[in-house]
Amino acid sequence: MALSVPVAVLAPLAIGAPILGACLLLTVGRRVPRRLVDGTAVAVAALVLALDVLLLVRSAGDPAGHLATWIGGWGPGSPALGIALVADPFAAGAAVIAAALTVAALVYTWHYLDSAEAHFHALLLLFLAGMTGFVLSGDLFDMFVFFELMGAVAYALTGFRVEEPTSVQGALAFGVVNSFGAYVTLTGIGVLYAQTGQLGLAPLAVALQGRPPGAVVVGGFVLVVTGFCVKAALVPFHFWLDDAHAVAPTPVCVLFSGIMVELGLYGVFRVTTVVFGPVLPHADLQRTFLVLGTLTALLGAVLCFLQRHLKRLLAYSTIAHVGLFTIAFGTLDPAGTAGAALYVAGHAATKSALFLVAGSILDRYGSVDEIDLHGAGRRARVLPWLMLLGGFALAGLPPFGSGLGKAVSEEAVAEAGAPWAPALFVLVSAVTGAAVLRAACRIYFGLGSRPDKDTAPLDTKGSEEAEVKGLLKRVPATMLGPLVVLLAGGLVLGVLPGVPQAFAEAADHFLDRAGYLASAFGTAAAPAAPSPASGWTTSGVVLGLVSSALAALLALAALYRDRLPGPSAVGRRIGDAVVARLRGLHSGHIGDYITWLLVGVALLGALVGLPLLAG
Amino acid sequence: MSILHVYAYLVAGWLLLGGAFGIARSRNLIHAVVCLSIAQSGTYVLLIAIGYQSGASPPVFGGSTPPDVAAHSAVVDPVVQAMTLTDVVVAATVTALLLALAVQVAKRHGTLDPDELTSLRG
Repeated sequence: MALSVPVAVLAPLAIGAPILGACLLLTVGRRVPRRLVDGTAVAVAALVLALDVLLLVRSAGDPAGHLATWIGGWGPGSPALGIALVADPFAAGAAVIAAALTVAALVYTWHYLDSAEAHFHALLLLFLAGMTGFVLSGDLFDMFVFFELMGAVAYALTGFRVEEPTSVQGALAFGVVNSFGAYVTLTGIGVLYAQTGQLGLAPLAVALQGRPPGAVVVGGFVLVVTGFCVKAALVPFHFWLDDAHAVAPTPVCVLFSGIMVELGLYGVFRVTTVVFGPVLPHADLQRTFLVLGTLTALLGAVLCFLQRHLKRLLAYSTIAHVGLFTIAFGTLDPAGTAGAALYVAGHAATKSALFLVAGSILDRYGSVDEIDLHGAGRRARVLPWLMLLGGFALAGLPPFGSGLGKAVSEEAVAEAGAPWAPALFVLVSAVTGAAVLRAACRIYFGLGSRPDKDTAPLDTKGSEEAEVKGLLKRVPATMLGPLVVLLAGGLVLGVLPGVPQAFAEAADHFLDRAGYLASAFGTAAAPAAPSPASGWTTSGVVLGLVSSALAALLALAALYRDRLPGPSAVGRRIGDAVVARLRGLHSGHIGDYITWLLVGVALLGALVGLPLLAG
Repeated sequence: MSILHVYAYLVAGWLLLGGAFGIARSRNLIHAVVCLSIAQSGTYVLLIAIGYQSGASPPVFGGSTPPDVAAHSAVVDPVVQAMTLTDVVVAATVTALLLALAVQVAKRHGTLDPDELTSLRG
């Protein structure tokens, strides 16, 4: 009976199996036919998916909600030498999303990337191993190692098409910025170790408990969280994301936007809840996340709407949504956490599907530039509707899972002390949805006045080499299949009646610090007190409909801008100047990005540290 | 804490920030990648300094060391040394990968100057 496999086998196997699969593909991949390589990779990813689902079911079924195991049998003791793997429904759920998206990406690759030899598949499997290890790890240094494994593989995947000039440039900037962030995290780990002599999350939490929030604790928090913030693309750590997404192959974008960026947030909030929650004042932490999240959401939404390069547009929309997730997780209460998790899951399905649409546009028409492709897809029959559906799902249309996540999140944030939050959620999701709707109307329906092709000569245009040899005559089933399944998954998430309850329970376990500590020390814990689940409410549905309608209106306004009464000359000049300044910041220059990263560290330090100094 | 100890922490911070400054002001991508390695060297120095005790021996005991001697002799912390080794491996991987990408940038763009790489804007 599969359910009786002990966690001591399940968790390490979920990390080890993709590594073994990658090694196998690297050694024999060149000598076997491509079909076999594709099949093996999909089979390994599906196996990991099954293991993760089993972990999820087991941890959700466990009364304490946490399942721990110690690598090599070095259990918790005195001195604590063991390295723990801890699976709770959140960690296992994130691993499930990662594995499911890897399967989708691999199926999509089946016909795709003709040049992709076995090492592309091997890299995707290694990436999966890094992500799974990162979420299951209960040890700060292990988190760093898996973070770097995930990072190094991601740089290689971004620059996979080494013949493309922009591809290698984007990958290099991604690598330098992310690795520097990781070293800042490592410095923070060193500082904490010097103070406490502990690396495990649970022993570290116990060692820091009861300390006054002094310079070392604040410094340790800021430094450790910096690397995760870089991965999560919070403003001003976000600059690498749009470049990397614009140049990476489509299946890789699916994994980046769908789960890797969100894992950065997972790192931030896992460390915050388990280690720093009782040490740093909650109000300061909440304010920090609210400020960072709001900045991120607004900047992402504005820049998303300004893009003509489809993948870049979707990348900025990811930044905007990560901002919203941060606001919701940042409430640090069960309702906000449950809403954010739902939103992340719904967003993963929707955004991945939209990236796959962008990929198929690239392979069918040879470009991802919305303006060059004006009316190019008039004869397509299925994809236009799927893209429109995806745009509305992004805007939060009920009953999509992303809509449900948005509804639960905005209510929770409003209750947690930011009554203006629903307006922000509606605005940001409507703007990002509108950008997608506008692109779909231009490309597939030829709507809107034909814009001047060289309106903004400094923009990144979407001229990119197609990823297949010659353009596709029609989109094959292996490309369409994952897309439809992902969109349907996003729909099911919002419709299935038990979903809000399951996410509320998972959020309780995630925030149950005592339960985490108990399981990581191998003792029994009292189950967490359950908090009420909230699903669709009238106001949630209404706000979802409002943001969808707003998205449609905004898209139409953008398409027929020349027929609308324009703003006054002064207003236009100010607007243009602001836009030019914002876009100028995203220069693609490594030096600028590192400078912003340091500014971000200072900002984090100020947000957390200054109130403590004042109080 | 001795002067030597404080000095090691200062060197660690200097290397990390100096590396960041080098990347920010870099006019050549190879230089930027090397600056990244320098920043990482700061983490090696930090970790080793954390585990260091003056007068302690390396954490290595032969089979001939009597257990009571082993239990009472001061040794430096082996955990941070293991972490540093792991860190070195990570550094080797990342540096090699980034240098390979820099070579490819030079081939495709004909320049390594970040100021001249302007194809990813906005």
